[in-house]
Amino acid sequence: MSATLKAGDIVRVRDDYPIGHIRTPVYIRGKTGRVEKYFGDFGNPETLAYCLPTDDRPLYKVRFLQSELWPTYSGSARDSVELDLYEHWLEKV
Amino acid sequence: MSDHDHHHHDHDHDHDHGHDHAHPFQDDDKVHSYYQILGQAMKELLIEKGVVTADEVRAALERRDGITPANGSKVVARAWTDPAYRERLFKDANAAVAEFGIDMPTTHLVAVENTEDVHNVVVCTLCSCYPRDLLGLPPAWYKSKAYRSRVVHEPRAVLEEFGTALPDDVEVRVHDSTADMRYLVIPRRPAGTHGMSEEQLRALVSRDTMIGVTTVQPPSAK
Repeated sequence: MSATLKAGDIVRVRDDYPIGHIRTPVYIRGKTGRVEKYFGDFGNPETLAYCLPTDDRPLYKVRFLQSELWPTYSGSARDSVELDLYEHWLEKV
Repeated sequence: MSDHDHHHHDHDHDHDHGHDHAHPFQDDDKVHSYYQILGQAMKELLIEKGVVTADEVRAALERRDGITPANGSKVVARAWTDPAYRERLFKDANAAVAEFGIDMPTTHLVAVENTEDVHNVVVCTLCSCYPRDLLGLPPAWYKSKAYRSRVVHEPRAVLEEFGTALPDDVEVRVHDSTADMRYLVIPRRPAGTHGMSEEQLRALVSRDTMIGVTTVQPPSAK
């Protein structure tokens, strides 16, 4: 699988709640951020966790503003959280 | 029953005698959780079936327990003093730490640098991912639900509880280790350390500065 996103792309995290071993924290689902970096392709933890045959998925560092995540955030407007997210959780905006 | 039953005799003497009957041993007769029992059972089965030996398990734990934040301090002090090393570290951190003989075969290290404008702090909200090859085992607070849930939500309040107040014009950037990357914070080199050797600088760099919950203090403040 080849990476279809690149640094600078604005992405929304899928607002989805499947059952299983999901490495996309609930607090980030449905939120919009910016791709900072493409790390390469990594095994998909959603199948790896069950010792099932897996395929590599593009993995990205994505930056979110605190103010996007928490409406009542009181720190600096520049404060951010970065997460490492697999491409199948990201939709280009 | 424990072997200190002999203390359960009639305590009719005066208890105000300045100590609390503290015993030098640790009472580990606690009830094990489901997962502790599961882990123990798995270990016993693997040994019984000859997959691993008890000595291999012991040696692996001993090796793990032997890793200290001194590994990370070496990397930070080198990055502070050698611009070419710093460049290699941010380009390929696994290769850069391998120069110190630190092997991270299964994880991908990412070094993040504190600057005038950005302060980095690391968490794993989903479990306890941590750059163990560089910092050893994570402290209990790093694995606590309180730290994991709060630092992504109110990082400045959490940092203040660690004694770290950052001005508003510094971006607080939280790294949630959700996948294969492990994060090492390269703290800022404090003022007044210009003439110090790499070895002297190492001693300034503590574990918590490399997690990002505090900053490196100049030697005079120690």
